[in-house]
Amino acid sequence: MIRTHVLICGGTGCTSSGSMALKDTLEKELAAKGLTEEVKLVTTGCFGLCALGPVMIVYPDGTFYSMVKPDDIPEIVEEHLLKGRPVTRLEYHEKTGDHHAVTSLSETVFYKKQHRVALRNCGVINPEVIDEYIAVDGYQALGKVLTEMKPEDVIQTLIDSGLRGRGGGGFPTGLKWKFAAASQNEKKYVCCNADEGDPGAFMDRSILEGDPHAVLEAMAIAGYAIGADEGYIYVRAEYPIAIHRLEIAIAQAREYGLLGKDIFGTGFNFDIQLRLGAGAFVCGEETALMTSIEGNRGEPRPRPPFPAVKGLFQKPTILNNVETYANIPQIILKGADWFASMGTEKSKGTKVFALGGKITNTGLVEIPMGTTLREVIEEIGGGIPNGRKFKAAQTGGPSGGCIPASLIDTPIDYDNLIAIGSMMGSGGLIVMDEDNCMVDIARFFLDFTVDESCGKCTPCRIGTKRMLEILDKIIAGKGELEDLDRLEELAHYIKSASLCGLGQTAPNPVLSTLRYFRDEYVAHVVDKKCPAGVCKHLLTYTIDPEKCKGCTACARVCPAGAISGSVKTPHVIDAKKCLKCGACMTKCKFGAIEKK
Amino acid sequence: MKKKLTTVEFRGTKQQEEQLLAIIEKYRGVQGAMMPILQQTQEVYGYLPVEAMRIIAEKTGKPLEEIFGIASFYSQFSLNPKGEVSIAVCLGTACYVKGSGDLFKKIEEVLGLEGGGTSSDGKYSLEATRCIGACGLAPVLTVNGTVYGRLGVGDIEGILAQYK
Repeated sequence: MIRTHVLICGGTGCTSSGSMALKDTLEKELAAKGLTEEVKLVTTGCFGLCALGPVMIVYPDGTFYSMVKPDDIPEIVEEHLLKGRPVTRLEYHEKTGDHHAVTSLSETVFYKKQHRVALRNCGVINPEVIDEYIAVDGYQALGKVLTEMKPEDVIQTLIDSGLRGRGGGGFPTGLKWKFAAASQNEKKYVCCNADEGDPGAFMDRSILEGDPHAVLEAMAIAGYAIGADEGYIYVRAEYPIAIHRLEIAIAQAREYGLLGKDIFGTGFNFDIQLRLGAGAFVCGEETALMTSIEGNRGEPRPRPPFPAVKGLFQKPTILNNVETYANIPQIILKGADWFASMGTEKSKGTKVFALGGKITNTGLVEIPMGTTLREVIEEIGGGIPNGRKFKAAQTGGPSGGCIPASLIDTPIDYDNLIAIGSMMGSGGLIVMDEDNCMVDIARFFLDFTVDESCGKCTPCRIGTKRMLEILDKIIAGKGELEDLDRLEELAHYIKSASLCGLGQTAPNPVLSTLRYFRDEYVAHVVDKKCPAGVCKHLLTYTIDPEKCKGCTACARVCPAGAISGSVKTPHVIDAKKCLKCGACMTKCKFGAIEKK
Repeated sequence: MKKKLTTVEFRGTKQQEEQLLAIIEKYRGVQGAMMPILQQTQEVYGYLPVEAMRIIAEKTGKPLEEIFGIASFYSQFSLNPKGEVSIAVCLGTACYVKGSGDLFKKIEEVLGLEGGGTSSDGKYSLEATRCIGACGLAPVLTVNGTVYGRLGVGDIEGILAQYK
């Protein structure tokens, strides 16, 4: 008789911080104490609180343990699982205003404001067991669609729900399906974009790791709606856990007759194949992704013809992103009105964000559209660590922009983000504090797009390169004011003339930082200073004679011999010789070295 | 990232070649099979030697330059054998804003190696990767697949010392 369940997170974040070693130790310890019949261990997908990993939850009481080490396991087993006394020192204590420790997970600020639709099963079920998915109404939506609904009803439900593509563009999903359904062809395809290339985003990975069947089910529903019998999931090769779980899920679904021939005895056939990406950002663009599945260099094709008319292998195709699919079974079961009741006027439902960067609760959150950035960062995210000040939030990855502190009360939805010069993107949300230089960040993203530009069209291949050169010049302290105008001019040409979304959005990080942080650019160009203290060439290192004890540690570590001074007297840095490597600053125990 | 052809001598075995031929055979007649073929070839050899690509070209009838074009296009495909100690620093945004760029430079400096390269004795290789998804531990790097997180520049020498 199982009396207790222990859920251990098996997502990439927690696995990286050692959750599998934890699981092994726990298994051994349970066996040693003869508890294997009473305590069941479940490996789940991501809980969302990656910063506190590895995490585990003990049910029925719901005790949430964070940052657990294998050495802690004997104590947890002895005290909690055997004697029923939770190990308080390992419990997650959230610091709220009155420093009251909250133990119930759903009451923590991190979870309270969230609303989990796409992530509803992540951290709840074991993704490697299809029965667990079925137990939470899995594959019921597919059953309903096949037995009670006509394809056009399915499409109408999606249109009514207002669901828009979660991969970035925000195109209405139902319309996309309608176009593909209208294309006359014997062969059609359903594709899933799981090539999550946006650096710092891991929403899709967590869904695939935590709830792979939801995606398979939704793809089968799509197959029925548009009249396709074959699907492809294009998933990043860098996601080994997600791939493994998808393989298991596909095999189990075939075994249960939920994929393959004559599903639910209705005569409907649908099967899914996996294709691994190979690390090309441009393959997140729909036509490039299809070219890649076809076995070529992943270069985009001009549109029209749109994929709904001529897509994969020249056949009508729909392509949706993982998170979009994860919403669909729920929309079918609970109805379009339920979904449309969440969110803002033109952006319905919820959105998953990967919170990263300078924020306390790094992890995965799902919020109703229309939640403000302030709520996400200050409340759910727990604010900026180390008492630093919030400077900007970056959304949309290399295609998006930086949102400054003055716009922190903007409700997040597709149209608002575009209006302020960023975009929803796939859901990466990177928080930056005053120690981050916005010119450097713009350069970082541009460097990324230059690297990832496929080279097919000139504006993107050469234009982004020229922009990068200008930024390099500014960072090296050789910029002039006219460079800022040149950047804007080039950005305009690249946006209007590039072939695909990669090029059309590549200048956004530069444009948005120029728009909101122009003074920082000006400081680099005119004053030759980097206010955030990041751009090496614009920094000078000095020693504060008041604080320097003359310990000589800095002089010994300096690779350029730029520091001089006698023992027990303040030292001096020769700015001409200084390489600005910062070695002295890390070595100094007295905080006497300053960079400006 | 621009790819450099390897300077390390090809040491493919008969057995590896047989595995390669089996892979090509498995995908005969499959639509769009070049990607999985190259991915599995890389698993066999640890990288994509020109010698192997030549065999693929012969057996599939695709021109070698087209295959090379695919191999050089995708960052996952390596034209260089990985070092015994293979180091990858995450340069995803979340890690970058927390200083992974400095970690990368420090390793380049300590090993005297440029990003994307393998030391000529085949001991170390260093690459910059895109987000590996361990953003909660940022900044991170991996050595032979083991993840090291929450790092500072001061941790680098200690980590490398474990792999001497």
